Amino acid sequence: MDKMPKWVDIALIPIINLMLALFVSGLVVLYIGENPIEALKIMVNGAVGSTYGWGYTLYYATNFIFTGLAVAVAFQARLFNIGGEGQAAIGGLGVAVVCLYIDWPHWLIALPFAIIGGAVFGAAWAAIPAYLQARRGSHIVITTIMFNYIAATLLVYLLVNVMKKKGSMSPETARFPEGSFLPSAYDMAGWVGLSFSRSAPLNISFFIALICCLLVYILIWRTRLGYQIRAFGQSEPAALYAGISPFKITMITMLISGGLAGMMGINAVMGEAERLVLDPVQGAGFVGIAVALMGRSHPLGVLLAGILFGMLYQGGGELEFEIPAVSREMILVIQALVILFTGALDNMIRMPIERLFARSRQRTA
Amino acid sequence: MDLMTTLQILDSALRLATPLLFACLAGLISERAGIFDIGLEGKMLVSAFMAASVASFSGSVWIGLLGGIGASVFLALIHGVASITFRGNQLISGVAINFLAAGITVIIGENWFQLGGRTPQLEGAARFQEITLPFADAMREVPVIGPIYYELISGHSILVYVGLFAVFATWWVLFRTRFGLRMRAVGENPESVDTAGISVVQLRFAAVIICGVLCGISGAYLSTGLSAGFVKDMSAGRGFIALAALIFAKWRPGYALGACLLFGLLEALGNRFQNIEILSVQIPTQFMQALPYILTVVILAGFVGKAIPPRAGGEPYVKER
Repeated sequence: MDKMPKWVDIALIPIINLMLALFVSGLVVLYIGENPIEALKIMVNGAVGSTYGWGYTLYYATNFIFTGLAVAVAFQARLFNIGGEGQAAIGGLGVAVVCLYIDWPHWLIALPFAIIGGAVFGAAWAAIPAYLQARRGSHIVITTIMFNYIAATLLVYLLVNVMKKKGSMSPETARFPEGSFLPSAYDMAGWVGLSFSRSAPLNISFFIALICCLLVYILIWRTRLGYQIRAFGQSEPAALYAGISPFKITMITMLISGGLAGMMGINAVMGEAERLVLDPVQGAGFVGIAVALMGRSHPLGVLLAGILFGMLYQGGGELEFEIPAVSREMILVIQALVILFTGALDNMIRMPIERLFARSRQRTA
Repeated sequence: MDLMTTLQILDSALRLATPLLFACLAGLISERAGIFDIGLEGKMLVSAFMAASVASFSGSVWIGLLGGIGASVFLALIHGVASITFRGNQLISGVAINFLAAGITVIIGENWFQLGGRTPQLEGAARFQEITLPFADAMREVPVIGPIYYELISGHSILVYVGLFAVFATWWVLFRTRFGLRMRAVGENPESVDTAGISVVQLRFAAVIICGVLCGISGAYLSTGLSAGFVKDMSAGRGFIALAALIFAKWRPGYALGACLLFGLLEALGNRFQNIEILSVQIPTQFMQALPYILTVVILAGFVGKAIPPRAGGEPYVKER
């Protein structure tokens, strides 16, 4: 199997794929009569050119790291959890329940409970598809897609009929009490005497996301459970033969995955909106798929890919502002091409490169 | 509910079922040949956009239909190249296609028409018009049968009838022709087809292209039959409901018709009544919207019959050397 050096697999091929995706996106920009190089400059500058830009980039990145880790953990067990969108929405509901109905004295006390609320709700939403996959053999991709839609309608129902702020027309909850406000990047920069944009939504959840990356790394590569998850993913019969229960691994992996997706709520619901709105996830669950693919299901890769997609989202927003002809949907196109080239068309680049390395090895041998 | 109201709801159910039906048959053929397709939604969307655009440029809905089919087949070919030629993950390719369609339709639409992602309102020959079947007017006065024929069966756009015919055609091709037998075999056991000296790759590409054509008709019906022009995200999850209907129908054409009519009826009921009371319990509309998805999960769970997908579905075929 090991035909290529490791750096080719984890760095060169993803970078070539990314370049291809950007190249085709550039063709689209060219088609609508704009300069792709100029567009790229605006995007990069808008994403990382100021603390305001960074504040948004890393805020988006936080969402994508949570959902990306969720997809990545499931990928390790060869489970394709496409339901991050629904799990994150229900996780947001969990966070909202914790923050809305309890008057917390301080955010330090509120945060752990909000994390638990988001993770438990998200995990619960993943539990049913997981159970059906493990016990009844129902295809997890289809059930999680269905659960995304069920989650969306459930949230509409709750926000219109149950949790809506009294006297308000719009379907959203009241603002959370002040005790649950998380410190923003502006506050945190102030603690250490730095200045940071006041209006950017980046908050302390970013550090929770970093901790989650580390914990996922330890779980997958440094624990017995992680070994079982990977073994199950590599070969179910072999795992079964080694005494690993497929039911247990499927359930645990999906609960962790759903929990990670659900934790996105602390960033988007508790940190940014400070209330529960109709669509708190905004497609981040699907971006998680792209992030996990780019990051090769490794926490470090997910972190880097998450930041990259954060740049894409923030830069794309700036792009629409600067060049109105390029609408915000350009982000979707780039995202689609990244998923296509790094995910589905991976072999298109991989096969020739493998052949190239095999040939050069033959020559040296 | 009197006869007239019932007929109107059923009439609307048939209209709403038609795009689902085409997409469902598209998925059926693709998955029967072993290619999972969660990109039905994207193909519908891109076709809806292209059909409405071409129809508005050319003034002819038929040319628009061809444009829609072309765009949908193009995405289908991307799916084919990714999942057949390069043996990529079919689910991931489907996800990418859905995003691509959602983005590109708005960007190009904005570039062509500057209407915020819409196409211009379509009129006259640029839309599929309702056609009145023969004798519908004459039979209108006949009690019971007359209104049923006039209201429910007559007065749809031609694609509705094409859709009903497509159910029969799909069944006939899949179960009564050699091509269909091979196609089903390639989804169950590609090795056997390969051993018989028939190209797995060609058969699967044929299935993917047919899937693209049917999704194209489905999308064109959305923007030129059901409504008069394209709006952003107009497929609104219908591709996934079609996928649900496909599983609900256990990959069989006849059942697919039933499932699509059922889901169309749910949508029609939801459109007509804001609140539904059954046995004095208020049913929220959101529950009606979620019902197709809930039913699919129940079916998948195997509590009401078992849905068994084609055996080789989702797996790229690697020829032995």
